Amino acid sequence: MNRVIEARGLTKDYGDKRAVDALSFSVRPGVVTGFLGPNGSGKSTTMRLVLGLDAPTAGDVTVNGKHYRDHAAPLHEVGALLEARSVHTGRSAYNHLLALARTHGISRARVDDLIDLVGLREVARKRAGKFSLGMGQRLGIAAALLGDPSTIMLDEPVNGLDPEGIHWMRSLLKGLATEGRTVFVSSHLMSEMSLTADHLIVIGRGRKIADTSTAQFLEAASGNVVRVRSPQASDLRRLLVGPDVTVQALDPGHLEVHGLTAAQIGDAAAANGFALHELTPQQASLEEAFMDLTREDIEFRAAEIEPEEAVA
Amino acid sequence: MSSVPSIQRLPRAAHTGRVTQTRVVLSEWTKLHSLRSTRWSLFAGVLLTIAFPLIFAAVTSSHWGTMSPQERADRHPLDIALAGVNVSQLAIAVLGVLVITGEYSTGMIRASFTAVPKRLPVLWAKTAVFGVVSFLLMLAPVLIAFFASQAILSRHHILQISFSHPRVARSVIGGAVYLMLVGVFALGIGAIVRNTAGGIATFAAIFFVIPPLMNILPTSWNNAITQYLPSEAGRQIFSLTHGAHSLAPWPGGLLFVGYCALTLGIAAVLLVRRDT
Repeated sequence: MNRVIEARGLTKDYGDKRAVDALSFSVRPGVVTGFLGPNGSGKSTTMRLVLGLDAPTAGDVTVNGKHYRDHAAPLHEVGALLEARSVHTGRSAYNHLLALARTHGISRARVDDLIDLVGLREVARKRAGKFSLGMGQRLGIAAALLGDPSTIMLDEPVNGLDPEGIHWMRSLLKGLATEGRTVFVSSHLMSEMSLTADHLIVIGRGRKIADTSTAQFLEAASGNVVRVRSPQASDLRRLLVGPDVTVQALDPGHLEVHGLTAAQIGDAAAANGFALHELTPQQASLEEAFMDLTREDIEFRAAEIEPEEAVA
Repeated sequence: MSSVPSIQRLPRAAHTGRVTQTRVVLSEWTKLHSLRSTRWSLFAGVLLTIAFPLIFAAVTSSHWGTMSPQERADRHPLDIALAGVNVSQLAIAVLGVLVITGEYSTGMIRASFTAVPKRLPVLWAKTAVFGVVSFLLMLAPVLIAFFASQAILSRHHILQISFSHPRVARSVIGGAVYLMLVGVFALGIGAIVRNTAGGIATFAAIFFVIPPLMNILPTSWNNAITQYLPSEAGRQIFSLTHGAHSLAPWPGGLLFVGYCALTLGIAAVLLVRRDT
């Protein structure tokens, strides 16, 4: 089996609103695939379709070659952390996990192991309704890992978490990937994805915009912008400028070069005996590149995008 | 959260079993007894089932001397013993609705259906677990209510009735059966409506609003229709006597079982078809 999750022409309408539009993609085993898109672009809906919580209007999605609901032990196939809370507020963390575990005959010992793993030992007997967002996410992670699934699917796992929680979540995802598990993780933050994902599927308004490796996406997104500092900045500028190359002078001795790689600039400077004090390929415009890519597809104007954006 | 735990390797699962109906039943049992709301509702049901007959019996006993012959004739020992059933049915019905709507209101249903994506085993397991638990928990209170109220009424020979008297055991145990079926019916309503307030309101409408409205109808219509309402049909299970315009215990009980099956059937079809 070389496709963990495979969507073909996946489409979902809610009333007359199309949430997911003819989406086809596949998630390959053993890598971290980022599922990127602005808020409201259909990421959560897609994940619900994968789990069979919602039925597609058209198209199809399979997990390890079958519909999710046709698996004999679904928690063993995919562990999912949905964005919306999925815990009864009146039940303790321990009993929540135990209730889920029992559907698959998973032992109490494993429930205990997972409570320790996510650091909820002290509050395991407390009602989940009293949990902070971060504790709720930890409980969700524990539930996702109950069945020891080879694939983990997470919807905006760091959304709303404090820096400590974000750090924890990132290390956890890295750890899971290191163990050889497939990770399919959604985010509306490009910067978040560039840290963890090997491959990116970018969607906007329910349609696929890009499906590429993170490295390629970053290369394309950064658009060969290089920051250069040189005492001979103005001479260097004249040397570099060409039909496909633009150079902006930011302040004295400081240039931003578009259209050349750092290596090309360095070689040209060396050949002409110019001194370079800094030569830095810029990837800082990642978020912008993502915004450029999805601008057309943003459902809501910027002012309406949730403040979590600021976490980046 | 005091500190960020270091990330260990996730222990591999020793056992990865498949989903079976039995396991889903165990899961639902865990869910049912691990909620405070369940424990309180069931406790209220037990308390009301016992308390009302005791109060009723005590009042009857102490006022016996001042009661008119007509009043005395209207007192039936079984009515006293099963007086609590009419009250505790509300507690059981509310819990029946909550067993399923509580999952929708909190989002738990997504976790439940992710674990059991075929969904129907969840409905069957909830019904079975809640039905068995409510029957067993209500059986003791109706028996206690019967014998305790009989003890309180022991001075009045006319109000003594033996458990072995024809149909008495059926009525008393029927009280617990009725409460169980009310719970199952309410659970089906909850699964259809998927909303706690709506579920309770729907149940109350069917059980407490529609029956008195029947009195507006011409008597012949009322007599013809009312006996087939769920509440009226169900009540025959624990009624000792049956009027000209009410069903006998078995037909009434079976009709009520039919209503429960119909409700659960509709719930099952919707459960599989609807988005979560």
